Amino acid sequence: MYDFLVIGAGISGALIARDLSKYQCSVAILEKDNDVANGVTSGNSAMIHSGHDPKDGTMKLKMNLRGNEMWEDLCKELKVDFWRNGAMVVAVSEEELPALHKLHKQAIDRKVPCRLLNHDEALAMEPNLSDHVVEAMDLPTTGLVSPWESCIAAIEDAMNNGVELFLGNKVEKIVKHADHYEVHTTKGVYQSRFVINAAGLYADKIYGMVSDCTDWKINPRKGEYFILDKQNPTIVTRTIYPLPSEKGKGVLVIPTVHHNVLLGPNSEPIDDPEANDNTYDALEYVRREVGKCVKNIPMGDNIRTYAGLRPTGSTNDFIIEEAKDAERFINVACIESPGLASAPAISEYVLNEIISKKFDLVKKTEPRIERRPWIIMNRMDMDAKQELVNGDTKFAQMICRCEHISEGEIVDIIHRNCGATTVKGVKRRVRPGAGRCQGGFCEPKVVAILARELKVSPLDVLLDGDDSHLLLERTKG
Amino acid sequence: MKTYDLVVIGGGSAGLAAAISAYDNGVTDILILERDKELGGILNQCIHNGFGLHTFKEELSGPSYAERFITMIHDRGIQFKLNAMVTHLSDEKVVEYVTPAEGYVRIQAKAVILAMGCRERTRGAIAVPGYRPAGIWSAGTAQRYLNMEGYMVGRKVFILGSGDIGLIMARRMSLEGAQVMGVAEIMPYSNGLPRNIKQCLEDFDIPLFLSHTISRIEGKQRVNQVTIQQVDDKMKPIAGTEKVFDVDTVLFSVGLIPENALSEEAEVKLHRRTKGPIVDESYQTNVDGIFACGNVLHVHDLVDWVSQEGTKAGKAASRYLKKELVEGGSTIDLDAGIGVGYIVPHKVNPDNIGATVECMFRVTRTYKNVFVKVYKDGEVIKTVKKRAMAPAEMENIVLKKEDLAGCKKNILIQVSEEQ
Amino acid sequence: MEKEMVCIVCPMSCHLRVGFSDVDGSIESVTGNTCPRGDVYARKELTNPTRMLTSTVKIEGAQYERLPVITSSDIPKSMMRAVMEQLRHVVVKAPVNNKDVVIANVCGLNVDIIASRTMK
Repeated sequence: MYDFLVIGAGISGALIARDLSKYQCSVAILEKDNDVANGVTSGNSAMIHSGHDPKDGTMKLKMNLRGNEMWEDLCKELKVDFWRNGAMVVAVSEEELPALHKLHKQAIDRKVPCRLLNHDEALAMEPNLSDHVVEAMDLPTTGLVSPWESCIAAIEDAMNNGVELFLGNKVEKIVKHADHYEVHTTKGVYQSRFVINAAGLYADKIYGMVSDCTDWKINPRKGEYFILDKQNPTIVTRTIYPLPSEKGKGVLVIPTVHHNVLLGPNSEPIDDPEANDNTYDALEYVRREVGKCVKNIPMGDNIRTYAGLRPTGSTNDFIIEEAKDAERFINVACIESPGLASAPAISEYVLNEIISKKFDLVKKTEPRIERRPWIIMNRMDMDAKQELVNGDTKFAQMICRCEHISEGEIVDIIHRNCGATTVKGVKRRVRPGAGRCQGGFCEPKVVAILARELKVSPLDVLLDGDDSHLLLERTKG
Repeated sequence: MKTYDLVVIGGGSAGLAAAISAYDNGVTDILILERDKELGGILNQCIHNGFGLHTFKEELSGPSYAERFITMIHDRGIQFKLNAMVTHLSDEKVVEYVTPAEGYVRIQAKAVILAMGCRERTRGAIAVPGYRPAGIWSAGTAQRYLNMEGYMVGRKVFILGSGDIGLIMARRMSLEGAQVMGVAEIMPYSNGLPRNIKQCLEDFDIPLFLSHTISRIEGKQRVNQVTIQQVDDKMKPIAGTEKVFDVDTVLFSVGLIPENALSEEAEVKLHRRTKGPIVDESYQTNVDGIFACGNVLHVHDLVDWVSQEGTKAGKAASRYLKKELVEGGSTIDLDAGIGVGYIVPHKVNPDNIGATVECMFRVTRTYKNVFVKVYKDGEVIKTVKKRAMAPAEMENIVLKKEDLAGCKKNILIQVSEEQ
Repeated sequence: MEKEMVCIVCPMSCHLRVGFSDVDGSIESVTGNTCPRGDVYARKELTNPTRMLTSTVKIEGAQYERLPVITSSDIPKSMMRAVMEQLRHVVVKAPVNNKDVVIANVCGLNVDIIASRTMK
């Protein structure tokens, strides 16, 4: 019997599980995929918004403002990247000024640090802004993280401190008992007093297993992006927002913590929550729109496209509450933008405002086991690198040319809690395959390392999901 | 910090030829840094024959061609390190590399020859719509799995790109028992050698779809289908021309990109068109003592010319080290006119050439029965009849020292229909 | 009767026209070629097309698990599949030198399968 079962190993579930691991209670995470952070968490803009945009009176606003305050410290604890790069909302015509000024007033009212800039000021700060800039709003508290790195690190940290992770466990049925829930998955049955439904695109389906309530449902929306090669410096330092329309925040130019640049997203409703494909029309739309606010975008440096699926809720707000008709079943649902920015605040709210009312959260007395950060050699000085090499020559065998990643770093992240078991899992943790060659050089080597370390045949090494085998057979078989 | 007279970055066809040439011209303190576990570069996975027709008057396999040069390296006792990845290069010619045998090492080079070759353009870079499942590779990566590791990456294959790499893999996969459903080529003509069209496609009844591109890939975890469409003259897919193929693998042979991250770090200026360094008649870049040759300089189609270019660069580097190169003299720009995509070298200092300078160039489209004209300051000084030229086949034209004498503005090379 | 084909001997890629006798179907003429090699190629390709074959075989004890091999000379195009089948069952042991015979007289064609590189 667990105290808490978290359904979904995305950023919401990960931070809640981690926060719970600071208290005396038993926690398990059930994840349907064979790796964490596989859904919404791996397909978004990676932004820690300032809170200037959500509507008054919404959970989105409340959580975004608080989350923005919390992310930098959280990243320090997790030992992952955080970059408070700032942002600008840009008006490129006189007609757009009323909307900009409205946003500006809204930002001031909710005490989000902001400043209106004229054309010259804006261009002095960001020389690649469009020449048509009339005015812009500076939002210096906006930041960036790597959503999946943060999620993986949080789960590793949680597991180091007692949380159990069950991958490949897709929830199929939940039986409500008087004082606990019996959760049936494709791999087993789990009992728990509380269930935290952080199941992303499937949160309404999971809720539907314990309730007939139709107060909300998820209507997914797809957003497609281009990723540009690393730039030094990036074409813009700050994230550049056009003025929002009824469809969403619009097509942005977004640096990343790794100094790539994202272009996107668009917003299209979709039916299939697994449909994260790119489409011709959406990519053309992004291509056309992205030059609205920024000039000189080096489209020739595109290395890849991807798509993210937003778990847009029918109420257009987060659903973070104990279900009225299912005690101790806590919905953490419809966590679309600004969901990432809100995530630490959501966890704090779930523990302080929901769980603590029904469960005595007593802090653990034993010291916390700190997470050892990923070894990132291309950020170390010569002496530190040499010391690692002296300990193990695998740190001197270069595997990824584009990102300078060694065999030692890859082996390290295979054998950790929440370690990599797939090629994509390796990529998400230490980046071989994320560079300009997109695995053209390094994939055969990564496959060989995974096979060796996991003691499987290279024929069994997966790209990502359970049916994504790479090598089909041997020649001369 | 150890010093070497010459550091060659890359032990493939260009680097090997350059090192041998430098040695034969008096430079013995050479170090070749090669990231793979053996010398030879990409040749090691090119197990098909056709290499060395010009150099050795034989048609060798890639590994055999490499072996000829590797033997010359061993015979001369030229030093090389394997599993050695160069991680940094400065404009002061400080080279940082890492190898399991030594860890991280920084060395000072008096001269550097860049010979890092190319990487392949990817599906992601050309933004092909659809899912991003397993089963998608650049042709070269599939070739590595197949020829070096011994794995079939798929059983039903579609290939985008009719350049030689795509054609070679069409044959290779077919021979190993895969079904290659077709090759799509976005241009209205194939970029590959006619012999490869015959021996890789026609021999195996593999259809070639010219003016077509892959417009969609299906399959959430593993490829299960591709859609191809005809394109218009703006390269945009034409609605209604979709053809669907059930496949489990898609290979992309859509171009090579010179691998110049290190060059850029060392402040080497790159040419907009070739994406390789801008070099003079001595294959020297804008950075003093840094030279470039082979695919990193511009994408070649015949390894014989790579070796030749490496040989010239090696000799030039040796002259640089012996202080025989005239530095800072006036250089003449070699400009590409109508029909010419680019010319290498990009400029010439006549004081540094012997009797002649060989200019390699590519045309921008296929031509039959035309004239290549050389203009000095606007006046025609040379006309060469060419029966057939294609963008896929590198051309050359030799200019004599006297041709360049008195040139004040530039030399222009262009294609003309008339004599 | 006439047949058209492209000569692949050199980059000229001459368009050849081959004329056949109405009496016995033998080749009467080859035109369109710029040099004699085109004539030789056309006749051979139409009567007895041959190819060089390159592939790999299993190798044990070497730094790779596959050794590239090549036919010692060209073989009939129609025999390519049969020769590939023979290569499936071969296992060689390192070290192997360039041009070492891997299969002698493969498929009775008087052609050997030889290593196309040294592999240790």
